[in-house]
Amino acid sequence: MALTTKHLEMTLETQVESVNLAEEMCLRVAKAAGFGEDDCYRIGMSVREGVINAFHYGNEERPEKKIHLAVDLTADKMIIHVVDEGIGFKLSDVPDPLLEENLLSTSGRGIFLMRAFMDEFDVLPGKTGGAEIVMSKKLPAAGSASPNGRGGQNATPQQEA
Amino acid sequence: MSLHATHRDAGQVTVVDLSGRIVLGDGSALLRKTIRGLLEDQRKWILLNLADVDYIDSSGIGELVSGFTAVKNQSGDLKLLHLTKKVKDLLQITKLYTVFDVFTDEGTALRSFQ
Repeated sequence: MALTTKHLEMTLETQVESVNLAEEMCLRVAKAAGFGEDDCYRIGMSVREGVINAFHYGNEERPEKKIHLAVDLTADKMIIHVVDEGIGFKLSDVPDPLLEENLLSTSGRGIFLMRAFMDEFDVLPGKTGGAEIVMSKKLPAAGSASPNGRGGQNATPQQEA
Repeated sequence: MSLHATHRDAGQVTVVDLSGRIVLGDGSALLRKTIRGLLEDQRKWILLNLADVDYIDSSGIGELVSGFTAVKNQSGDLKLLHLTKKVKDLLQITKLYTVFDVFTDEGTALRSFQ
């Protein structure tokens, strides 16, 4: 595992294909960094949700706007930034999808999934006025990557129905 | 892997066999089109076989909920069969596992519609 920070960034078009592209790119980085299969799934899903959020809510699917994706690989964690060119939002304004009245909502679960699947998650004001999603996952200890991986610290305990 | 959907009749119930990923874009759109098409044909007892679906994102979850609501609004029912581990985990953390009727055996699922 490299001890120096590695930085990757790309500018994505506001289109559906960007979601898959971002997921694939981050999965390659995560696998190369030694994450196990389950953690790669969680990272890939979180990147998808971050870019979907930028595509749909931030940039309102307007093709003239861009989505900015950056990945930092530090000595101890993988940090992902997704920046849109919208008007920004506050986490406190996002409805809780687990509330009874929201269970049958057809949208609004992306933020929840990112929080559940990553170790750290926040939304900051973007430098150009949009929202910047910042999320990270701790790197597995050398030689400890396992198929089971780890859940995020915010992961909701599973329940049996 | 894109989503594929075929359906077969089992008495009054239509079993929809899905394979691939139910995600933003074509996957979610195909699921929506399939369910809406069945409802237009008055096939309102629907069992979604998710045995070969190993990935669903928030858009796919939204489409499942949308289909469930549309079917219920026509006094029908939509149930789920053979969840993979990832899909089951996803429905559990989003609390939707308690909303849908979920089965591990097709015969039992089909009989539950009666």
